[in-house]
Amino acid sequence: MSLVRIDGMSVRLGGNTVLHHVDFSIDPGEIVTVVGPNGSGKSTLLRAIIGAIRPEAGRVTRSPNLRIGYVPQKLHIDPTLPLTVRRFLDLPRRVDAATARQTLEEAGAGALASRQMTDLSGGQFQRVLLARALLNAPELLILDEATQGLDQPGSAAFYQRIADLRDRLGCAVLMVSHELHVVMAASDRVICLNGHVCCEGAPEHVASAPEYRALFGTGTGGALALYRHEHSHSHDHGAPE
Amino acid sequence: MSLLDSFVIRALLAGLGVALAAAPLGCFVVWRRMAYFSDATAHAAILGVALALALSVNVFLGVLAVAGIMALAVSTLTSRGHAMDTLLGVAAHSALAAGLVAVSLISGVRIDPMAYLFGDILSVGRGDLALIWGGAAAILALLAWRWQALLTATVNPDLAYASGIDPRREQMVLTLALALVVAVAIKVVGALLIGAMLIIPAAAARAVGDTPERMAAFAAGIGALSVFGGLQASLSYDTPTGPSIVSAAAVLFALTAIAARLLRR
Repeated sequence: MSLVRIDGMSVRLGGNTVLHHVDFSIDPGEIVTVVGPNGSGKSTLLRAIIGAIRPEAGRVTRSPNLRIGYVPQKLHIDPTLPLTVRRFLDLPRRVDAATARQTLEEAGAGALASRQMTDLSGGQFQRVLLARALLNAPELLILDEATQGLDQPGSAAFYQRIADLRDRLGCAVLMVSHELHVVMAASDRVICLNGHVCCEGAPEHVASAPEYRALFGTGTGGALALYRHEHSHSHDHGAPE
Repeated sequence: MSLLDSFVIRALLAGLGVALAAAPLGCFVVWRRMAYFSDATAHAAILGVALALALSVNVFLGVLAVAGIMALAVSTLTSRGHAMDTLLGVAAHSALAAGLVAVSLISGVRIDPMAYLFGDILSVGRGDLALIWGGAAAILALLAWRWQALLTATVNPDLAYASGIDPRREQMVLTLALALVVAVAIKVVGALLIGAMLIIPAAAARAVGDTPERMAAFAAGIGALSVFGGLQASLSYDTPTGPSIVSAAAVLFALTAIAARLLRR
């Protein structure tokens, strides 16, 4: 049974139809990547899945009591709000010290527990968001442009970490990204979105599909092949500083 | 002869009750940038006073009802994406002006609008005290119950949705608590200075608190100190009590800001 299933969903935001007639589903343990140009409705799709947006038409069905770990595209913490990394992990459910420590380690943010959220660098912030999303054993991990602000080796390491976590925790992963070559290499299935689902399937299939090439050109096809073979070495970008 | 027979003790207890309830709520007002929002709600209280007098109902209930309606209306309008600060400015000042006009139109009772604009803490009776502490306890209980969900929704609404929390419901909790604190505080600091009791202690506590809970606790302490100091100064120098309390809070804000800056060096 699918974790999330969407049938014929249309979403209007501020008078514009952002998504029309989208069908989508994700199964347990699957890594699915959504690619598409700016304004193609990628974030809107994710926000509809977590229940932040009510679709105008169609249905979003989540499996009962689905545990979602969500890493938003950007998260601005008001400077007037004092919040340590450790306290942030306690939202909305408190976790015990051992679980918090272990999860921070898992996300590569081991040394950050007592730091203020507003003092973290972009990469540290992303790893803390990931750590929080991993608490409570999520069945579905949702990442919205999670590597914004990271350089390319940094984001490659981030996605490698996601693939490792999936293998270890068995959770499904749904992510959105601009960095096609890096993300596609780590995906089981790719969905190309531009207001509607243009094409979907295995990464190689989508990369060669005419709809995909019309949106992104042919340049990334070679990069995809290149990155497919670069997984064997690591730069240890997750090391705590 | 009981301790409560002294008007000074009653004033002190009333002030402490308001400071305690306003502290955690004020933190949310600061974190969520709702300062204008709380002003609009507080200013609407004058209209509530006028209506209560005109209809001969309890002033506390009149203020609670009108502040509640105002908070609800503003909350609904802003969530629909209207220009927030302009709309709130219009609402706040209109409510205040309409309230003052309405008070002057009420025939028969001559009331002093100053008492409701700046508070009249020295005339707090035992009944008022019961209302203030009852209201404060209700606010604290409400916030304690929703604390984790409120914080999550404050950090990011989408994080709340993903955890099964509806941020719009948490916004309603704050709206309700705000109306209640206005009704509780109007006798103590008056409609014009309720916003100050919400924001100044919380802002002062930001310099010293490193978690949300500690910031709220410090805000309560700073609010309580302000009540002590302001009441003391008001009795010594014969100054208006509500404004004296707020001035004391402002002094504490300046002191914590300077101390925090010196310590950081």
